[in-house]
Amino acid sequence: MTIEQIKHTIIEQILEVAPDIEENEIVPNENIQRSLEIDSFDFLQILTALKVQLGVEVPEADYGTVDTLEHMADYFDKRL
Amino acid sequence: MSEFKMPSLGADMESAVLMEWLVKEGDHVEKGQVIAEVETSKGVIEIEVFEEGIVEKILVEEETECAVGTPLAMIRSEDNIPQETVSTAPESTEESSEPKTTVEPIELEAEPAPSIQPTATEPEEAVSEERVKASPAARKKARELGIDLTELASEAGQTIQLSEVEAAATVHKTPASDGMRQAIARAMSRSNAEIPHYYLSASINMTPALEWLTALNAKRSIQERILPAALLIRAVVKALEEVPQLNGFWQEESHQVSKAINPGIAIALRKGGLITPALLNAQKMGLEGTMQALSDLITRTRSGKLRGSEMTQQTISITNLGDLGVERVYGVIYPPQVAIVGLGRITDTPWAEGDSLSVRKVMQATLAGDHRATDGRTGALFLEKLNDFLQQPEELL
Repeated sequence: MTIEQIKHTIIEQILEVAPDIEENEIVPNENIQRSLEIDSFDFLQILTALKVQLGVEVPEADYGTVDTLEHMADYFDKRL
Repeated sequence: MSEFKMPSLGADMESAVLMEWLVKEGDHVEKGQVIAEVETSKGVIEIEVFEEGIVEKILVEEETECAVGTPLAMIRSEDNIPQETVSTAPESTEESSEPKTTVEPIELEAEPAPSIQPTATEPEEAVSEERVKASPAARKKARELGIDLTELASEAGQTIQLSEVEAAATVHKTPASDGMRQAIARAMSRSNAEIPHYYLSASINMTPALEWLTALNAKRSIQERILPAALLIRAVVKALEEVPQLNGFWQEESHQVSKAINPGIAIALRKGGLITPALLNAQKMGLEGTMQALSDLITRTRSGKLRGSEMTQQTISITNLGDLGVERVYGVIYPPQVAIVGLGRITDTPWAEGDSLSVRKVMQATLAGDHRATDGRTGALFLEKLNDFLQQPEELL
């Protein structure tokens, strides 16, 4: 899976969890939770969905390294 | 035989559209069974019947707008079932374990809590079939001003910009949101006019609880992870079991303590607005159960699938504005409740213990209490118990 495909998968899951967000509101290097008003509950939903899609589980200790779309894509890219 | 009527699901509700019947004539219904879905300004809500019997006749067709109190169906008690008086209170408030304290809880029945439960803090964006294209800034502004973007869309045609929203604001009235805003205004004015609030605040060292939770979650799969919010709600519920006076109502000049602990959880809707549905019978749930119930409640709140009882049975409110960076929340009590618990942001703070100074995760917990029902000492006791439980999180399992 290329990093672009990973990004696409992440965006899909964000839109699935928060259907009122539009794709163009997701800025690659902005904090996902703050810029999109995603709370801790939704964030966990997104990571849970990505576990199912990509098979990689993000431990709580790594939350700091998956704060933006770019960082999250890198994180999964290294582990796939 | 009794009439099943359109319930009031909030002070701002005058009518709702009966969307779908989930039962048909001749069906047997159980007490507490969801029998229809209605659409309100807060989304689709499932409404329950509060007696057992047979659906004798359906009086209203689907997709009909009905005022509150309109008879929707006739329910006939079955012959072998003892005739019950029409109770609008769900079973949930009637059964629960005995509280440990000396306060005599009053059995709550018949009338559900007058449903002044709010409510949106911002006018809600009108629901549109197809989402209108608008810049994020325009969308935000429109939400603040309560402007319906769908109306602008037909005028503008393409992506709506901030300037267009601002221009519209000068001429635009928001009749749709007026009703809800007015209802909130009435409830909150009544609260401030009638309820002599007292406010208390305490700093709680959250490091032990968060470290304990991190260790617990490390052993669990991502699907089973427990959020700090669930741990906090669980701690509030445990503290309320010790100090039950804060869980109940002030009605007709008297204080009624509820056996069931149904905290109204303030849940923000991303499209704007806030709903405070009840986590019913939270006293019966462990930590795991609290997380599952919270998860379910948030999901259904945001997808618009709440039940009528969840809109009306709150016995206390919990608001957590920590996500927005607020350190301390001084709440306004929703009448007829007698308390609201505010949980602020958890911040790294210098913390003295004995002779040593260290950095700890600290949260400001606040309590607004109704001074007619309880005294500051009761509130102080509650915050102390809350703190105690959070220092020994294993007791919250």
